[in-house]
Amino acid sequence: MRNKFDEQLELLKKQMIQMGALCEGAIANATKALIDGDIELAEKAIAADGNIDQKEKEIESLCLKLLLQQQPVARDLRQISSALKMITDMERIGDQAADISEITMLANIKAADNTNHIVDMAKATIKMVTDSIDAYVRQDLGLAKAVIDYDDVVDNLFNDVKADMIRLINEDTNNGEFAIDLMMIAKYFERIGDHATNIAEWVVFSITGKHISEV
Amino acid sequence: MDKIRIENLDLYYGDFQALKKVNLNIKKNEITAFIGPSGCGKSTLLKCLNRMNDLVEGCRITGEVLLDGENIYGDMDINLLRKRIGMVFQKPNPFPMSVYDNVAFGPRTHGIRSKIKLDDVVERSLRQAAIWDELKDRLKKSALELSGGQQQRLCIARALAVQPEVLLMDEPTSALDPISTSKIEDLAVELKEDYTIIIVTHNMQQAVRIADSTAFFLHGEVIEYASAEELFSMPKDKRTEDYITGRFG
Repeated sequence: MRNKFDEQLELLKKQMIQMGALCEGAIANATKALIDGDIELAEKAIAADGNIDQKEKEIESLCLKLLLQQQPVARDLRQISSALKMITDMERIGDQAADISEITMLANIKAADNTNHIVDMAKATIKMVTDSIDAYVRQDLGLAKAVIDYDDVVDNLFNDVKADMIRLINEDTNNGEFAIDLMMIAKYFERIGDHATNIAEWVVFSITGKHISEV
Repeated sequence: MDKIRIENLDLYYGDFQALKKVNLNIKKNEITAFIGPSGCGKSTLLKCLNRMNDLVEGCRITGEVLLDGENIYGDMDINLLRKRIGMVFQKPNPFPMSVYDNVAFGPRTHGIRSKIKLDDVVERSLRQAAIWDELKDRLKKSALELSGGQQQRLCIARALAVQPEVLLMDEPTSALDPISTSKIEDLAVELKEDYTIIIVTHNMQQAVRIADSTAFFLHGEVIEYASAEELFSMPKDKRTEDYITGRFG
């Protein structure tokens, strides 16, 4: 029954995985570029933003085609409408990975000693993005809720970075500019965590038909 | 408020049980849709509601259908029942007579002879069926000359002419083009202010568009009965989900 439709839904899942992988790659490159001061990697993270935007358009077009041709209801409708909402957050993640790399390039950040908590933030947000997409693909409610809870870890790390930067400025006011640049980067990671949380919330809707506040 | 209450209804065609312990409450001034695969019993149940199965040989019915609390399988006059519960069928079935006579047929049967009264009923019914403007200059023409969509709206006007309380519609748009379908759907939504409507449909989108409540039938049983919004967004039973998403049926 509905083999063609099922094939198209599988294709949608594959495309979501691909877009998720592009986002993870962009965050990973932006993070490594930050730690190593690697301009080439930073440029890669910026270039990835274009690919992520392109993937968003492809998925959007597929979703609209499915709505038009298949007139989905129930779980099919939720899967497609959730995908449409999720790609907006994924696209923003791509923007923010590029923003991090732009700061890295302009500010010429090299002080690896002071980026431990930022690296932890990067790892945590990559995990959130990966898990939120996995939760969508596997329709795993538990994993989606775990992603939502994990946002606290990222928020706590953001506070740690803030404390690090205050200490850095107290030690030497010449660290001010560097500290502000790192603070902005930390804020971008924190926002990426929020977008991964949004994605996970749409997964919850896709599975239960209810928003997280009603579950 | 419930217009119709169906309680423990079983229906047999000979040895075959077509409806099994059906319990449903149909709300007044709402559109209730019956959905389900062919042979699931939805049309059979619809026909039970104005006793159209009575003439089917070997048909046996137990349980109750209460119209405003009164069992229609009790002492109720069957002609009065069918005046109160009108029906529109899948295929438009105008009588081979003029548009006017089609609509006036029911009222005449119920004893109205005055031309002024009949004129009034015909105009009111055709207006309610949203076809007056198209037919007001063709009242003496044969109904068979009308398009399929017009014939179906004429049949709705004919059903409305005897001022029923409930309108049963058995796949009323399955033989119609999209524009006629849309007109009938709009009409159903307008009519629910004055009537209680029950519609059998194979068109899921139609049920989503116009129904307030939806019952899903399978093998003669009501599997799920809920608001249309709930049933089509979050069905509780996997069989409902599989049917409405086209995974079986």
